[in-house]
Amino acid sequence: MRSIRAAAVGAVTMSLALAASACGGGSSTEGGSNDSPKTLTYWASNQGASIEIDKKVLQPELDKFKKQTGIEVKVEVVPWSDLLNRILTATTSGQGPDVLNIGNTWSASLQATGALLPWDAKNFEAIGGKDRFVDSALGSTGAEGKDPAAVPLYSMAYALYYNKKMFADAGIAQPPTTWAEFVEDGKKLSKGGKWALGVEGANPSENIHHAVVFAKQHGGDFFTADGKPDFTNDGAVAGVKEFVDLMAKDKVIAPGNAEYAQNQSVSDFAKGKTAMLLWQSASANLKSQGMSEDSFGIAPVPVQSGTPGTGTGVNSMVMGINLAVFKNSDNLDGAKKFVKFMTSDAEQKILNTAYSSIPPVKGAQADAAFNTPANGVLKNTLATSAVAAPQVADESQFETAVGTAIKGLFADAAAGRAVTTESVKAALEKAQAQMPAA
Amino acid sequence: MTSTVELPVRKGESGDKAAHGPRRRVPGRIRRIGLPYLLLLPALILELLVHLVPMVIGIVMSFKELTQFYIRDWGAAPWAGLDNFRMSVDFDAPVGEALLHSFFVTVAFTLLSVGLCWLIGTAAAICMQDTFRGRGLLRALFLVPYALPVYAAVITWVFMFQHDNGLVNHVLHDQLGLTDKPSFWLIGDNSFIALLVVSVWKGWPFAFLIVMAGLQNIPRELYEAAALDGAGMWQQIRRITLPSLGAVNQVLILVLFLWTFNDFNTPYVLFGKSAPEAADLISVHIYQASFVTWNFGTGSAMSVLLLLFLLLVTGVYLAVTSRGRRASRA
Repeated sequence: MRSIRAAAVGAVTMSLALAASACGGGSSTEGGSNDSPKTLTYWASNQGASIEIDKKVLQPELDKFKKQTGIEVKVEVVPWSDLLNRILTATTSGQGPDVLNIGNTWSASLQATGALLPWDAKNFEAIGGKDRFVDSALGSTGAEGKDPAAVPLYSMAYALYYNKKMFADAGIAQPPTTWAEFVEDGKKLSKGGKWALGVEGANPSENIHHAVVFAKQHGGDFFTADGKPDFTNDGAVAGVKEFVDLMAKDKVIAPGNAEYAQNQSVSDFAKGKTAMLLWQSASANLKSQGMSEDSFGIAPVPVQSGTPGTGTGVNSMVMGINLAVFKNSDNLDGAKKFVKFMTSDAEQKILNTAYSSIPPVKGAQADAAFNTPANGVLKNTLATSAVAAPQVADESQFETAVGTAIKGLFADAAAGRAVTTESVKAALEKAQAQMPAA
Repeated sequence: MTSTVELPVRKGESGDKAAHGPRRRVPGRIRRIGLPYLLLLPALILELLVHLVPMVIGIVMSFKELTQFYIRDWGAAPWAGLDNFRMSVDFDAPVGEALLHSFFVTVAFTLLSVGLCWLIGTAAAICMQDTFRGRGLLRALFLVPYALPVYAAVITWVFMFQHDNGLVNHVLHDQLGLTDKPSFWLIGDNSFIALLVVSVWKGWPFAFLIVMAGLQNIPRELYEAAALDGAGMWQQIRRITLPSLGAVNQVLILVLFLWTFNDFNTPYVLFGKSAPEAADLISVHIYQASFVTWNFGTGSAMSVLLLLFLLLVTGVYLAVTSRGRRASRA
């Protein structure tokens, strides 16, 4: 009898405990606080060749921060394939890190969720002022007319990386400056099991970065001036087609690249299987894969004609990483201190050197370390011929929808199916239909 | 020892009972009737937490306009009425059309996969009904795909299916020369075949395991009697083995159907977030529909439709097969 009673008491106790723990899930407060001033959690994006390398780069800096402020930063390097979903989940549940890296193209999308701390004048003052950052980087921190949702951390731009020896062997003296030259050179380079260019055909985000620039070069935009999706205008269709045609018509990309999504194209370039690579800030990555710095050259991404500039002369998106703070952090002051630390001139020099990116902070960018010819190309592109990602709330949906459409077009090209203006338009039309109704 | 200590208390209790009569009896009865429910309570609460509450929340979400502007505070999301459902089943519009396409792909995939899993599993189990040397080893070997963690198993298949360096193309194209050029397995139309191969490879050991267990219950005498009557192996399988496995097969096919229809892990690991059209299974399609548009209301509405469909199929299947079995028994 007593054992039954004990069992019953146990059952009730356990049920109550379960019910209580289920109710008491989220403890974080809506507006944020400073309840735990001694710790911070930080989600870093994967900037180096691997997550391990990133940990090695970041940890000494975090130790430095701890020495200065007594705040311990627990860092987790989140792979790109997971980062956006992780941020969405954190937004939904309210259980996220205090500080996090976001791809600068997502700024407006994430800003719309209202989960990130807006960087108003007061918050900017806490990290040394808005005018410490270069304008082009600030242009990718959220929708126009709103307080930025994040602060620029690393700036990057696309460039044409080319294998000097393969160019010399094919008798090409100069890297191509227009797409016509590019295709001409590409045909010379694509023979004997080697190919001219490598792309990540199955990686939606990578596809988008090229599609936006190609569309711009044909005078097209993926969004109207008032932020509505417009994927099927002539410029956008022509741009996407020209990009996919590098595989479909010009045959300067190996068909196998259509299923690449894990940066295999970077490895192919480092191993000398391909002669060219369109990539953002690849130097450190290539070096870590065993390619010596003098074996590859860096040139601006080709344009349709003339020299890179604004309008149809753009040849890169303003790429980069922004640092954001979750509004409901329970160490808001600590988080701001950390942002100040990470964007300080000294840290900017160290981190951007390690990742071969360009500091978006004026004071650090002036440093001699960022005036090498390689960095010169990136810096010049950012300053004169880079276009910001569409700063609209639907940007990340656009990346997935159009990026996936281009993945399908590459699959067609790889299978030898014709890629025509009609098929490109149909794919983009389908992508647009997936977008949220405005 | 405990009972002796307790005795005087009980005596006191019964004394009270005599004094107050019926008022003390009620709790006793309640306790007797309530005890089983009390003991079930932890399981019930866990079931509620793990299964029912998320389901109910999902159903509520399907009636809301849960976009990126509201995911931080679900309560503030406006009610959408039946809009999400209307959008999902409007088969003339792109969203509904894509969902219908994905539904048909999933049905075809499920029928083929369940059929093949059952066929291979049953054949292997029957072949291994008789004892022979090495039977235990083979049984263990057959169960390996089922025992492997899904991710590890499927990612290995991803490497094998790669266009440039994959084992499959190496064997089919380089060694055997069966194809003119290396095929793409993870993009384009072949992806359906790749998905089916992995699904069957992963699923048939379960059918094998269950049928093998079912076979243990068939008395050997039946086969001996049939053999004496002159029945060959095929007749024995048709007249004895398969009818005796009826009850086992009923459950096995239902479970395989539900698992395959809902399978998320295999296509997700195989193809990533954006599955090729030919292999666009409904679970990944719903996931993608939710995360592409960040409209979790539409995704939930699609999930609710899927739930209703599966409930309907399961109900009809159980009704039909149970009646069939009763009829054959009578």
